[in-house]
Amino acid sequence: MSLLTVSDLTTSFQTGGGEVTAVENVSFSLEKGEILGIVGESGSGKSVTALAIMGLLPRPPARIRGGSIQFEGQDLLKLSDRSMQRLRGPGIAMVFQEPMTSLNPVFTVGEQIMETIRAHENLSQKDSFGRAVEMLEKVGIPSASSRMTDYPHQLSGGQRQRVMLAMALVCRPRLLIADEPTTALDVTIQAQILELLMDLRDEFGMAIMMITHNMGVIAETADRVLVMYAGRVVEQAPISRLFDHPLHPYTRGLLSCVPTLDQDQERLIAIPGSLPEPSRRPPGCRFSSRCLSAVPACSEAIPALETFEPGHAAACIRIRDIA
Amino acid sequence: MGAILVRRLAGAVPILLIVSLITFGMIHLIPGDPAVAIAGMSATAEQVANIRRDLGLDQPLLSQLFDWYANLLRGDLGRSLLLGQPVVQATMLRLPVTLALSAYALVLTLLIGLVSGVIAALRQNTWIDQVAMVLAMLGISLPSFYIGLLMIILFAVDLRWLPTGGYVAFTADPIGWLATSTMPAVSLALLLAGLLARITRSTMLEVLRQDYIRTARAKGLPNRTVVVKHALANALIPIVTVVGIIVSLLISGSVVVETLFSIPGIGQLLTQAVLNRDYPMVQGGLLITTALLVLVNIGVDVCYAMLDPRVRYDRT
Amino acid sequence: MTERKRASPFRTAMRRLLHHRLFILGCVLFGIVLFVAIAAPLIARVDPNKLAMRAKFRPPGADFIFGTDNFGRSLWSRVVWGARLSVLIGGAVVAINAVLGTAIGAAAGYFRHLDNGLMRINDALMAFPAVLLAIAVTAVLGPSVNDVIIALAIVYTPRTARIVRSSVIVLREMEYVQAARAAGAGHWRILRHHILPNAMAPLIVQLSFLFAYAVLTEATLSFLGVGAVPPTPTWGNIMAEGRQYMTDAPWIITIPGAALMITVLGLNLLGDGLRDVLDPRLRIQQ
Repeated sequence: MSLLTVSDLTTSFQTGGGEVTAVENVSFSLEKGEILGIVGESGSGKSVTALAIMGLLPRPPARIRGGSIQFEGQDLLKLSDRSMQRLRGPGIAMVFQEPMTSLNPVFTVGEQIMETIRAHENLSQKDSFGRAVEMLEKVGIPSASSRMTDYPHQLSGGQRQRVMLAMALVCRPRLLIADEPTTALDVTIQAQILELLMDLRDEFGMAIMMITHNMGVIAETADRVLVMYAGRVVEQAPISRLFDHPLHPYTRGLLSCVPTLDQDQERLIAIPGSLPEPSRRPPGCRFSSRCLSAVPACSEAIPALETFEPGHAAACIRIRDIA
Repeated sequence: MGAILVRRLAGAVPILLIVSLITFGMIHLIPGDPAVAIAGMSATAEQVANIRRDLGLDQPLLSQLFDWYANLLRGDLGRSLLLGQPVVQATMLRLPVTLALSAYALVLTLLIGLVSGVIAALRQNTWIDQVAMVLAMLGISLPSFYIGLLMIILFAVDLRWLPTGGYVAFTADPIGWLATSTMPAVSLALLLAGLLARITRSTMLEVLRQDYIRTARAKGLPNRTVVVKHALANALIPIVTVVGIIVSLLISGSVVVETLFSIPGIGQLLTQAVLNRDYPMVQGGLLITTALLVLVNIGVDVCYAMLDPRVRYDRT
Repeated sequence: MTERKRASPFRTAMRRLLHHRLFILGCVLFGIVLFVAIAAPLIARVDPNKLAMRAKFRPPGADFIFGTDNFGRSLWSRVVWGARLSVLIGGAVVAINAVLGTAIGAAAGYFRHLDNGLMRINDALMAFPAVLLAIAVTAVLGPSVNDVIIALAIVYTPRTARIVRSSVIVLREMEYVQAARAAGAGHWRILRHHILPNAMAPLIVQLSFLFAYAVLTEATLSFLGVGAVPPTPTWGNIMAEGRQYMTDAPWIITIPGAALMITVLGLNLLGDGLRDVLDPRLRIQQ
């Protein structure tokens, strides 16, 4: 049994101009200890997918219209708020993109880590203090015990992201969702944090869902990759297959932007045009409006995800013609 | 912390200096001869001359100014023409009454305003939120003396639950104090609670959108901890700055409420002084009240620093 | 999206205001008060000070729509003429604030060497509790409509000046202002063409709330007996005189009080709507 199985997840948002679909029929699974990269431009639905798994989508305006999220055999969408809250932390944890704003400015670093422990385990003040210090050391914070009484604003961006990691990992989650964990950091710090994440995966044996728009980050970390475009999965492949034989024209476009770590563009400039707004998506294949290989048939129906090799699937009717 | 206190106190000095200068100058802005204005139309020339001499109005302006500050430093603000008492003494006698009433009204304001503001924010766009905000809007649109009058008509005249006015000191009779102070305190508090509820709601909504609230939820903290600890601790920082304004409005409001309910506080004292052209009393009462308010605002700044570690650490 | 950006900001604001239901309600309420104030000589032909001892304490009814007071004066006439005074005083205070507040705020915000001095005086005036300062000023000047206007202007202008100043300080550093300065534009031209037009939004919001405060404080002053002298028909005066008779003739208090509330409520709703639409800091939240 997979650790996490998402099937046909569909979510939408109520906006001033009506209901728009953010994520549509997204399915994937994640094994114990595996690192799954989810890549796509901002607005592709990758963060919404992550928040849906966490049960943190603001409802309203968000709504889960269908599908299931099986984590260790139980459907998270059917769980009570209370059980979901107990699962966050020891079951699934998450680190966010903005270390500057993701820590509460009025509490000390130590307090913010220790309250996480206290929320899930019956530990004495002394023991939870010890655990927190130990965790800070693991994420590479020097002289950890004296940092415990620091406030977030006294730390650098990289240190804050380390604290976020310590907070996420202190209850030993089986799954860590990392949403653009290095985007806000300088290049050298980015590399350090990614390396740290890999080490911690090896030490704790947790699975990681690595969400990013940066192919370089994917190349460095992921075992398997999911490519999302305009709310749908367009390609799914093991890391080496994806980089050697990308199938979907969108993935090819992504890869033609040089996949190095120090390139960090919010929009992927190698593909002309930009991600259509949800209300202006073209009929049929959503990428057709930007696709250089598009033919009239592309606008007729949304292509299904088709398996071309074991573990390698793509959603495009033109693959056999353009390969 | 100490450094903030010292800096705020130092910052208050020029403000108080200008405040005292304005207060001093007031009497000289009276159109025509101030001594005649004080003595009244029917006064004899001798009475006018006496007043002019008593108030030092016959001295050159600079020497009057010098005397004003020399006396100020000795804690002497002159003598009330109406009461014959020293201004400082008359003010200090009335001060506890106003402070007790303001404290009561402040507690009510904070209770009603904070609770309804937080609940409205948590239940944004539901009927609870809408009812709370309509009430808050009505609260800030109803003058306190109108609320007071309506309450007198209802609770004192019709239902006879509470006295129409008067005052009993808390130390003499706590129940009596409650009976005489409740209507005045409520009529003061409704307006301010409306103000505070609106500010609390918008601040809470702002804070609840922050990334660290999402982090707190992602850690699996119970909803109550997220709201009460993580959100409220941050929302209180801007709210505290409003408390200084609320106290100022309380003092302003107590002027009319004390007159309406015949409560012998500073507000009533000053209204009587104005109506009887008792200028030394007006000057002194205004100066003392304003100085107290400046001190309250310094206290608010210190609280602000205590609540916000970014201020507390950056500037010390 | 792009088309919407190209539409003039004024028209965008107008369209959003017309969809703001509470703003419309505020306009209607204040509009009624404004109409009554302007049309007072036409709709309340009976002299508000005309005594009729035989008709005193008439409850609201067919003869006297709002009833009569202890001197048999028509409460309808008194409340209508009171509206005229409230609007007059509020409007005058707003006008003085718009001119003086802008001048002081712009001077302090734009010319750095003036800032410290002007703002110290400003802060000192704001340190006084508003109503206390107002009654002290009327004590000095005397109790007439003009003196009340001056007192309220002294109390509220520093608050307006502070708001204008903070917008001007931000705008002063804007690139297009720097560019105009580099191009050799004079101070007056920069202020008039580049800074003040962009400082208008927060000022307009402030002025609509200020109108409400001014009306409220004026009523408070006359209720205390330090405003316009009786028998001038101000709402505060009517309520103060009605206090003695509130057991038998409560309408003398409740009717002018309700008029006061409608005015202040209307202005507050109006101000809320303007703030929602014009204040960029709050626009982001939506």
